[in-house]
Amino acid sequence: MSETLLEVKNFNVTLDRSPVISDLNFSVDEGEFLTILGPNGSGKTVLVKALLGLLSYKGELNWHKKPKIGYLPQGLNQMSVKDMPLTVRDFFGLKKIEPSEILKHLSHVGLESGVLNKSAGYLSGGEFQRMLVAWVLSSNPNILFLDEPTTAIDVAGGETIYSLLKEIWQKHNLTVFNVTHDLDIVYAYSTHVLCLSRFGHRCYGVPKEILTPDALNDIYGTNVKFYTH
Amino acid sequence: MTSQLVLSLISGIFIAGSAAYLGTLMLSRKMAVVAGPLGHLALPGVALALIYGFSISLGAFPFVVLGILAIWLLEMRTKLQMEALTAIVFATGVGIAFLFLPINKAEAALIGDISQVGIYETLAAVILGSAVFVAVNRSYSKIMLLNIHEDVAKTEGINVGLYNFIYLSAIAIIVALGVDLVGGLMTAALVAIPAAAGRNVSRRLVQYTFVSASFGVISAVIGILVSTFSGLPAGPLVIIASATIFLITVPMAKA
Repeated sequence: MSETLLEVKNFNVTLDRSPVISDLNFSVDEGEFLTILGPNGSGKTVLVKALLGLLSYKGELNWHKKPKIGYLPQGLNQMSVKDMPLTVRDFFGLKKIEPSEILKHLSHVGLESGVLNKSAGYLSGGEFQRMLVAWVLSSNPNILFLDEPTTAIDVAGGETIYSLLKEIWQKHNLTVFNVTHDLDIVYAYSTHVLCLSRFGHRCYGVPKEILTPDALNDIYGTNVKFYTH
Repeated sequence: MTSQLVLSLISGIFIAGSAAYLGTLMLSRKMAVVAGPLGHLALPGVALALIYGFSISLGAFPFVVLGILAIWLLEMRTKLQMEALTAIVFATGVGIAFLFLPINKAEAALIGDISQVGIYETLAAVILGSAVFVAVNRSYSKIMLLNIHEDVAKTEGINVGLYNFIYLSAIAIIVALGVDLVGGLMTAALVAIPAAAGRNVSRRLVQYTFVSASFGVISAVIGILVSTFSGLPAGPLVIIASATIFLITVPMAKA
């Protein structure tokens, strides 16, 4: 049986004096692929940042094992590095990763050695995102936090990234916290889902059990058409 | 070559080289322009130094530190854009300086006076310039990662407070030294122009830093030498040399 990795109790986050997350409770087992689901403005990114210790919070946040975290945030894309003369090799060099290690990690995400000397800012959206996944994994994390990892790329590219992440999750025995508002992703890849809404409705559990039409209406506040896979 | 020229060249090389190296980081953080107002803010300190006859850099340093603290605190408190804050700080510095800057000495304060630099000032330029170079070199990849994405840097275990402190201290030292070389009006040029020229011709990080620092050094040497033979002030000549190099690199820029 898998062990509890993280326990969150009476968790509250306030931004500009207004509460964004209030009185949240959940726990995550080692090896889970947890998707944090919710509409825009429901506090998904805020929750992730608070769990990462980037925002202050009130309540309990107990890691049962020392977390070694890899973080793929929203908004880190080619534009962030376009005005700098950074090759892919340089980008890994910022973490002092040796060239042989870089190649190993690039091959895990299906990139060939030819990208090593390319400008990171001029890779395609999909290539850049795969490079980032390799870059995050090169620190050997046991936990991955992904915040909308496919927003910058097209649908096909997004599916490639998710199947890649699923493969890596299984192979490296990682625990994944994944933020999305895409229901398809929840059914296809997640073992668990934590849903947030702007109206205080929440749910936590196995997607097929808890994501009923009623629950989705509560979260999104409107009639959501959905299909189980 | 006179010993005065040797002192000027040594000071110029160490100041301009380390300023350009630091500039490669400032350019990536879109902060190159901040060095300008900080130079202006140093002017009251320069005025004090000229009135009481001590080193211009020594006078400038506390005022630059004060300026950095003011911008940092104001940004946290007001959430105003960096440009707005630097404009406020810039105007205040110039305003205060001209209240009591002796007008016959204004030139040295505004455009620098590296041709009169003494042995102790040269020594300070060598030691502090090298210190900045080493500090920037040791923390380069961490500060670059901070520039790219602060939250990712934090989760990768980088101590953001420490590296911001190192970064800002390096800026303060370089601006204070730069006032000696090119004066309070043009310090931004020392960090911004060589790095921008280096960016134009570089595809890799190591190339970018090496080429930029070299451009800084070459500009200082050309400016000081031309000044010696023409009798024109060195500060503006250093900047013009730097701008010329930049113009030459423009056709090589990656669009």
